[in-house]
Amino acid sequence: MAIYKRLYRPYAGRYTGHRFRFWVITKSALRTLFDSRFLLAFFVACNIPFVIFLLIIYITNNAAAQALLQMKGSPILIDNFFFLRYLIFQSTLSFLITAWVGPGLVSVDLSNDALPLYLARPLTRTEYLLGKFGVIFMLTSAITWVPGLMLLGLESSLGPIGWFQRYYWLFGSMFIGSLLWIAVIGLLSLTLSAWVKWRIVATGAMLGIFFALAGFGEALNQVLRTNWGHVLNLGYDINLAWFNLFRMDSVTGPYNKPAIGRLMELPSWAGWVSLSLLCAFCLLMLNKKLKAREVVR
Amino acid sequence: MTAVIELEDLSVRLGTKQVLDSLRASLKGRAIGLLGPNGAGKSTLINTLLGFYPPTSGSAKIFGKDISTHTKELRHVIGFMPESDSFIADMSGVGFVRYMAELSGLPANEALERAHEAFYYVGLGEARYRKVGTFSLGMKQMVKLAQAIVHGPQLLFLDEPTNGLDPPARLRMIALIKEIRDTQGIHIILSSHLLRDVEECCEEALILKDGRIAAYCNLEEERRSNKKFVELETVGSKENFTQAVEQLGCECAWFPTGRAKMVLPENISMRELYTVAAKHQVQIRKMNYRRDSLEDIFLRAMEGQYQPQNKAAQNGHL
Repeated sequence: MAIYKRLYRPYAGRYTGHRFRFWVITKSALRTLFDSRFLLAFFVACNIPFVIFLLIIYITNNAAAQALLQMKGSPILIDNFFFLRYLIFQSTLSFLITAWVGPGLVSVDLSNDALPLYLARPLTRTEYLLGKFGVIFMLTSAITWVPGLMLLGLESSLGPIGWFQRYYWLFGSMFIGSLLWIAVIGLLSLTLSAWVKWRIVATGAMLGIFFALAGFGEALNQVLRTNWGHVLNLGYDINLAWFNLFRMDSVTGPYNKPAIGRLMELPSWAGWVSLSLLCAFCLLMLNKKLKAREVVR
Repeated sequence: MTAVIELEDLSVRLGTKQVLDSLRASLKGRAIGLLGPNGAGKSTLINTLLGFYPPTSGSAKIFGKDISTHTKELRHVIGFMPESDSFIADMSGVGFVRYMAELSGLPANEALERAHEAFYYVGLGEARYRKVGTFSLGMKQMVKLAQAIVHGPQLLFLDEPTNGLDPPARLRMIALIKEIRDTQGIHIILSSHLLRDVEECCEEALILKDGRIAAYCNLEEERRSNKKFVELETVGSKENFTQAVEQLGCECAWFPTGRAKMVLPENISMRELYTVAAKHQVQIRKMNYRRDSLEDIFLRAMEGQYQPQNKAAQNGHL
């Protein structure tokens, strides 16, 4: 057992670098989160679709496996829509994990009045936010773009000749599309965490923003006989951006044409603009709230 | 000697209220008390020095470095114990202090080691694995002190450190503050509305009133100067005694019934008066010297009657 002298001594050792100081916050929060077995189990379960997609790619590209399963060719076409479906699926799971984890990240510090302790140290408000955002980024990256890029890599190596030349841009689409989604849900959950003290209420508010805004947008469409109400539907917006990134306007497969057609009612920039505005609004609200001391006017 | 804190016409306005108004001071002591009634601007001054509030005008320097341009650099050498209950309730005590040390830039292993040390130092060694949220008020104060000193700061801001403590806990806190103060290379800024805390721990006191400096005094000098003015009641022949004390350099004025008032020079102690009196067969029946406590200084400062001996602090307008 260590024996500690009961005296005060100044610190004379080395310091860690400034650049990645925010990582201390991320690391500590992740350690605390993974103490929860429920979260750990859910996190592992989130990667089950990855395994399924992996198997699909393997079987589709492997004649021996198809023969073993008594299949005459693969009914699944591995193209941009295949990977978009993967992203849509995983982003739903990442939304659930963010809705569970995000609202507790900042509120715990605000309710304990711990911000002055953070900000009295060599840490800026931006770094604090980066540290908290890092938690969501790490969790959601591990179930969106990281396995997504692995799937693309697998298809590039196993797929027919010329597949990579035809679809190489999907790597960028997967990465940027995931980042956009992570930024939207990450900033939204942190903003709600900063402004709503109760975690359950914040989680509810996060779900509410997605569904209530979509309903309001639909109502606007009906009343004003327009399609622009869709911009209030965050799901619609992200799909607009993803359709643009995954070049879905050029898709030719046997897909759900009405659903795609509905997404073509607005130009893709509308999705990008409304999501950018949402992110900017979240940053503005976080800037207002994340202060060591609040000034009561 | 470089000033610990230099205020150069520092003004801070929060909303529509001018909270600090053109403060000009050069604070050099090892332990400086920050006094003032509620709303005087003590906490605002600390928060401004920590970089939480931007100055409206003027500037402030810590160890000669401007707080606006060297914020990160200065925060490495600053420890802060806030007045409010600030902690992370779900963390174990040692986990919380370690986390704070890591945020201050200590590598993980050193941070853990110093967190244990800090816990033992503040007397909570046995409770270090308990969650902070389960600690009593007194223990939480000690945890706040532990997180403020864990990274070995050179300047320690203590905002009402004895708030909510029972008498034994208060004495323990005061003893710790004095021990830290007496360590080489650390300065303490102690903000308190308890004059006794400041009197016990600090060498200097900066008294604020309505966001302005009401007084800045060196408590040690004040104590010394208090002892210069002596009032005596004597029995016996006063002529020889008077002559003898005047030869020592004292100024002396006699009143009826053997009462005298004296002004002693710096190098003469009270004991020498007794020696001279005994030599000239004069009995000293009563001896008083002015005992200006910090409370007197504070009250005079509040009434605007304090005449500072120390000109190192004033308001910009004066």
